[in-house]
Amino acid sequence: MNSQDLLTALPVLVVAGFACLLLIVDLFIPAARKGYTAGLAALTLAAAILVILLQVAGDHTAFGGMIIQDGFSRFLQLLFLVVGLVAIGQAYSYIRRQGIERGEYYVLLLFSITGMMLMASAGDLIVIFVALELLSIPLYVLSGFARPEPASEESALKYFLLGAFASSFLVYGIALIFGTTGTTQIAGVFEAIQSAGSVPQLFLLGAGMILVGLGFKVAAVPFHMWTPDVYQGAPSSVAAFMSVGAKAGGFAALLRILLAAFPAVASTWGPITMWLSALTMIWGNVAAIAQTNIKRMLAYSSIAHAGYILMAVPAAVNQAAAGQAIHGALFYLAAYAITNLGAWGVVLCLEKAKGGGLEIDDYAGLGVRHPILALSMALFMLSLTGVPPTVGFIGKFYLFRAVINADLVWLAIVGVLTSLVSAFYYLRVIVTMYMREGDPETSGDIMLNTTVWAAALGTFIFGVLPGPLLALVERAGLIQFLP
Amino acid sequence: MNPSTSLLTWLTFSPLLGVLVILFLPKDRKPLIRWVALLASLVTFAVSIVMLVRFNSNSGAIQMMERRPWFQLAGIDIEYALGIDGLSVLLVLLTTFLTPISILSTWSAIEERLKEFMIFFLLLEVGMIGVFVALDLFLFYIFWEFTLVPMYFLIGIWGGPRRVYAAIKFFLYTMAGSILMLLAILWLGLQFDSFSLPDLIAAGGISGSIQIWLFLAFAAAFAIKVPMWPLHSWLPDAHVEAPTAGSVILAGVLLKMGTYGFLRFNLPLFPEAAVRLAPWMALFAVIGIIYGAAVSYAQKDVKKLVAYSSVSHLGFVILGLFALNPQGIQGGILQMVNHGLSTGALFIIVGMIYERRHTREMDAFGGLWKIMPVYGALTLIVTLSSMGLPGLNGFVGEFTILLGAFGSKAIGSPWFAGAAAVGVILAAIYMLFMYQKLFLGPLDKEENKALKDLNLREIVTIVPLIVFIFWIGLYPRPFFNLMAPAVEKLAAALQAAAMVVH
Repeated sequence: MNSQDLLTALPVLVVAGFACLLLIVDLFIPAARKGYTAGLAALTLAAAILVILLQVAGDHTAFGGMIIQDGFSRFLQLLFLVVGLVAIGQAYSYIRRQGIERGEYYVLLLFSITGMMLMASAGDLIVIFVALELLSIPLYVLSGFARPEPASEESALKYFLLGAFASSFLVYGIALIFGTTGTTQIAGVFEAIQSAGSVPQLFLLGAGMILVGLGFKVAAVPFHMWTPDVYQGAPSSVAAFMSVGAKAGGFAALLRILLAAFPAVASTWGPITMWLSALTMIWGNVAAIAQTNIKRMLAYSSIAHAGYILMAVPAAVNQAAAGQAIHGALFYLAAYAITNLGAWGVVLCLEKAKGGGLEIDDYAGLGVRHPILALSMALFMLSLTGVPPTVGFIGKFYLFRAVINADLVWLAIVGVLTSLVSAFYYLRVIVTMYMREGDPETSGDIMLNTTVWAAALGTFIFGVLPGPLLALVERAGLIQFLP
Repeated sequence: MNPSTSLLTWLTFSPLLGVLVILFLPKDRKPLIRWVALLASLVTFAVSIVMLVRFNSNSGAIQMMERRPWFQLAGIDIEYALGIDGLSVLLVLLTTFLTPISILSTWSAIEERLKEFMIFFLLLEVGMIGVFVALDLFLFYIFWEFTLVPMYFLIGIWGGPRRVYAAIKFFLYTMAGSILMLLAILWLGLQFDSFSLPDLIAAGGISGSIQIWLFLAFAAAFAIKVPMWPLHSWLPDAHVEAPTAGSVILAGVLLKMGTYGFLRFNLPLFPEAAVRLAPWMALFAVIGIIYGAAVSYAQKDVKKLVAYSSVSHLGFVILGLFALNPQGIQGGILQMVNHGLSTGALFIIVGMIYERRHTREMDAFGGLWKIMPVYGALTLIVTLSSMGLPGLNGFVGEFTILLGAFGSKAIGSPWFAGAAAVGVILAAIYMLFMYQKLFLGPLDKEENKALKDLNLREIVTIVPLIVFIFWIGLYPRPFFNLMAPAVEKLAAALQAAAMVVH
């Protein structure tokens, strides 16, 4: 370990270090002033953003290859940090209103973000496992934060049990990979398989188990069962964060492992991920139609979107399309983050005590009573559908392009047809807001409203002028060690 | 953004000025909001007149072209490219002409949430003009999809009793077609590293079998929009439920986006596929003509009758376009304009009576001529125009189309034109039947006896349409002149493709 190592890993270290510190500082902040904790957590994230922006461009490794800081990881880390900032802004008044305000909320949020950031820059399967646990355990706790609310406790327990199950898949897969290649380093695994000439059966089994473990995190069908229940039971501010952050974290690891460590068996995982993607798009969108609760609907929507992003994985098998596919996935993750956080922000505005105000019917009349909020929600719904001029459309366009370029036209057709299906349930929200009478109450505060407005602006502006965001994605470069 | 070099940008986005002003008006200042919306649409119309003046009708090339890099997506430049030629100039004018008329027609009909109504309406105009002037496939797709959103709200919020059903049906149907087109656009972009229509046409060289697939993918979007039989079932619902101004724009302009799409994209991009599939397109067009006419006759609701008559009339347009010869295409374009004028006027007329009686059942009326002579006279002109009486606009369009279809090598048989001519007769039957039910016979319904004739505002709404109905009917030459060079050029390209195919 030298100072260079520390500098390379500095963004992660900043968040982790300050999170530990904040855990102690929070003890001295009186219960009525937990806003200070929120402020300090936000400062931590801002500091980490600054560190990333000041970091030397290019690919660096640290701690003997355990940490890789390349354009891919920097982009995702920035995304996590911004998502974290929004999550703090959205949680601040919400958890107070719901009577669950405790300083630990923000600390746990920071720890989870640390895990996500580490996930994005992991260069070793062991680091991925550690990062996954660091990402997940705070989320298990946060899901149960509304205790003794039974739904919240159920959500936490369900998430924990199934999450632990998935983690065990992941760790067993890692063990098998280690057993067959003698290393856990991503670069080492790649070289070992390349030089071995043939692929051992146990290696394939290990790769499959890793896929299952990460498939659980990104909520891909058939590993999605937990999602609706967990999202519905967890405090909405947590579900918002989870739906964006945990998903992006899972994809960070999935992309890096499959593309950098397992390209030798791409002919196996290519078709598998292709089917997973198609199934996820179909089931996520079809099941969402039947939902009447907005949180469950958004949960199924988040499953469906995992399917769209997952399209990038089989597309990346094709050399010609690999770069586009990765960029497409990154752009889509950013687009989804902007749109989805906005949508959840509206949900937070309308939620009342004891889980009231969460039925889609509760949105009736929003278009008349709160035109700006309704307009924002309409934009988010259109963006999730993929209708121009919104960022969601550009995201889909980018991904479909990569998929067609990779000669997976049928997958693109599944993608557009399921988008059509999704239009049905997203439109229903708009219909309810604008075309039904009602008198919905909202309890947004300035911070929550700001996040919604900013997301709405972002959804529209990046839909019309996606240039800057596209440039940022394309500058992120490719995953290091991509063969 | 110099107005003289970027006239089309100004034209496309000038309704936004009105949107901006209305956004800051308090929502209970209703007369003011109406005037601002009307003024904004009139300004747009004025800009389109400037465009017309500067349009060189001797050239078949694309004019007033604006090309700027917009952004780069995965290595492909996506351009902000606008331009206009003989194929689109009349449709742009139709749009800017019908929008103020629609706003005027809704003057007293819309009271609730007027501010949003006008905002959506002006946004819709931006989308429609954009569709007609966009020359980059990506940009075109954005405008194309964008028009869905305001129209969806116009139907869904201000529509009739089944508005929500109709709005969703409209949205899903149209989106179903356009996503297939999106895939074809993506495929084209990948093959040619460009989404620019002129570049793609110049590059050419798509092999025959692939052309068919791409043609079908684009046609899916356009055929639903037109709508061609058997994809028309969203149309009666959307029309019947939409508010009057929405129906006018829907029939007058939005449906033309479908026929325009065939003309602008399917014919020049996939000429060989167009030649091969022309008999099939003609067949569906003729079925649509007869079917639409037959179903129209069976309607009891005036608005539904007019809606189904659109299916029939647009069948003529498709038949003309796929005659693939200059007469057919010219007739097709002119008939797009004619249908916009006549059917637009019919929907306004239906809206007027609905505002008075809140019903559209034909059985509820009869003998209206006696108490509403002005209304009766104006309706008569529009009815005759819609059924294609010589001397009025409909005749010129339909006649030219039939002429083109009759001699078309691409369609290959004069029987299509013959069958379509039956549609003209059927149109006379159902239109006159409607007129008779409403205006003739005894004035025996108590509720109708107190009806007031049209007021000045209503007359002003409809007279401009009547002027053009006569103008095109009596002296269509200026209109044909505008489009002739561009049509000749397109027909020559299709001719060359036909040589390859046969």
